[in-house]
Amino acid sequence: MSNDSKITNVSGRAIVVRGNDIDTDRIIPARYLKEPTFARMGDYPFFDERFDAAGKTKPHPFNDPKFKGASLLFVNKNFGCGSSREHAPQALYRFGVHAVVGESFAAIFAGNCVMIGMPTVTVGEREIEDLMGLADSKPETSFALDIEAKRLAYDGKSIPVDIPETHRKALVDGSWDSTGMLRANLDKVKATAAKLPYMTGFRS
Amino acid sequence: MASGRTLYDKIWDSHTVDILPTGQTQLFVGLHLIHEITTAPAFDMLRENGFKVAFPERTFATVDHIVPTDLRTRPFLDAEAETLIQVLEKNVGEFGIDFFGLDSDKQGIVHVIGPQLGLTQPGITLACGDSHTSTHGAFGTLAFGIGTSQVRDVLATQTLAIDRLKVRRINVNGSLPPGVYAKDVILNIIRKLGVSGGKGFAYEYGGAVLDRMSMEERMTVCNMSIEGGALVGYVNPDQTTFDFLRGREYVPKGEAFDRAVTYWKSVASDAGARYDDVVDVEGVKLEPTVTWGINPGQAVGISEKLPRPEEFPDPDGARKAYDHMGWSPGAPILGTPINVAFVGSCTNSRLSDLRAAAKIAQGKRVAPGIRALVVPGSAEVKTLAEKEGLHKIFTAAGFEWREAGCSMCLAMNPDRLQGREICASSSNRNFIGRQGSPGGRTLLMSPAMVAAAALSGKVVDVREYLA
Ligand code: SF4
Repeated sequence: MSNDSKITNVSGRAIVVRGNDIDTDRIIPARYLKEPTFARMGDYPFFDERFDAAGKTKPHPFNDPKFKGASLLFVNKNFGCGSSREHAPQALYRFGVHAVVGESFAAIFAGNCVMIGMPTVTVGEREIEDLMGLADSKPETSFALDIEAKRLAYDGKSIPVDIPETHRKALVDGSWDSTGMLRANLDKVKATAAKLPYMTGFRS
Repeated sequence: MASGRTLYDKIWDSHTVDILPTGQTQLFVGLHLIHEITTAPAFDMLRENGFKVAFPERTFATVDHIVPTDLRTRPFLDAEAETLIQVLEKNVGEFGIDFFGLDSDKQGIVHVIGPQLGLTQPGITLACGDSHTSTHGAFGTLAFGIGTSQVRDVLATQTLAIDRLKVRRINVNGSLPPGVYAKDVILNIIRKLGVSGGKGFAYEYGGAVLDRMSMEERMTVCNMSIEGGALVGYVNPDQTTFDFLRGREYVPKGEAFDRAVTYWKSVASDAGARYDDVVDVEGVKLEPTVTWGINPGQAVGISEKLPRPEEFPDPDGARKAYDHMGWSPGAPILGTPINVAFVGSCTNSRLSDLRAAAKIAQGKRVAPGIRALVVPGSAEVKTLAEKEGLHKIFTAAGFEWREAGCSMCLAMNPDRLQGREICASSSNRNFIGRQGSPGGRTLLMSPAMVAAAALSGKVVDVREYLA
């Protein structure tokens, strides 16, 4: 993998979306999955919470001018549960969010995020409350996420963050775009397949 | 000391290609199922890189999410849906993948047709760009949902870079009272363990209740593992599994079948298998169960009152649910009026589900003003149901009888809620907006409960109809 795919740091201002169990249907309503590419997903995150039926904006952090241009997203527990749609991380990423900090993430969502080079890191309940409070009250605050060192620096201090080691490695090595790495092993793949009884139709 | 291996361990180990530099496992995928919604960008990425599909004979495609279930003439009225189907048709043609399209008698919801065709088998790994892939675990299959970039990886290499899970054994002991179905079992497991309680785990379901369940019932249980936060759910294969598979199209025949059974038996968890966690549920204590909120863990037994937000670890989440649903703690769920009744989805659209609903509907009428839909899970389910005359029972009662597809489970076709409608639904998700209206409200329950609600125009206890 080329070095330019290494993701070691994400910094910038942060946008705050509160609430546990925010599912991917809320992050991106199913009707946008009709588009055959991800190209326009950035227009749609939280669409039904941001706009009413007539297209009028509703109050939502993703509409709030104070968060405009933020590149980190702060969330609570079990963010991204539900449908496996990669459209959800794509929508956030293409909107401008390049890392998500939360209390916990649903498994498929976190996996999808790594696959597109977007880290999801976790902090404790009290820490996220502090972070959300700060980003809400002083939205100009800049946060610097160091994936390599697993730390988040802001406002003159630095706190530890957690990320599964396999995800951390994939991001900092630049192997999150996994196809190349997997393809390099195609001979081993064939050898493994040949040993599975069902791959030969249980013939022997 | 327990030292045996679980089914999960055995299948994981035999399918491990390598440990990658990241520490992830490169896992071989025995069967890959695809549909129209999550695959188009994956094929684009293949084309951009000049990659071929590594094992085209291990991928099968169908259309389910977006298809109209009434008028199926092409081109579809919905131009976007038409385009998406055409993109899939082009992709499967170009890359040499078997396709069960709209004109095939094998078309249907991807999680219904895999088992029906005998593609889903014990001892294999199975991936699909859909979170309810856990359904296939009913066969002792290590099956899980993936995202689009992972679909690309499976197409290009037939493998994935993923992390191993822990295994939680869930025993459902004893027996189920009348009127309590597989759907009630899984709703109660999720209620007990929480919607994120399964994070990091594969769920192994067992115990006397699971042992006695049919394959279709086991599929209902495994289907909703993901609603409990578990990526994988499975049941160990047994005689019920083998009897179900015998004779199906993609299942080996003759002596090869016997060899297959030997392999299938060998992958079941050892008697002394070591689990990371064990949970017990008493079947006899369960009653017909209905969700009242905006996630599948927010459920109550039909005789219970709606809980107070303070009873939850996350009172704010419960308050948000009450805000959306518009009812109050302490009220009964029994008697809640409904507008729409939906029998369908990969959770509950198989023949036994339709039979259970038809048994309730037989000789009765849908309440005035209620829109009631029955959407079979596959073209084959539809044919079999019609052979038994189930469609006549439904239409005589005032239900609409549709073509196979996902339909109102996620409302990507014209079947959707309007405004603040309340839907009694046999599907798996009651998320805000899930059934196509941002203000719509979904109550999850068993197909028999949905049929009973359709007839009464409100949430009722199905046991009254069974008496
Ligand atoms: S029926 Fe619903 S949950 Fe199942 S695959 Fe279709 S949309 Fe997904």
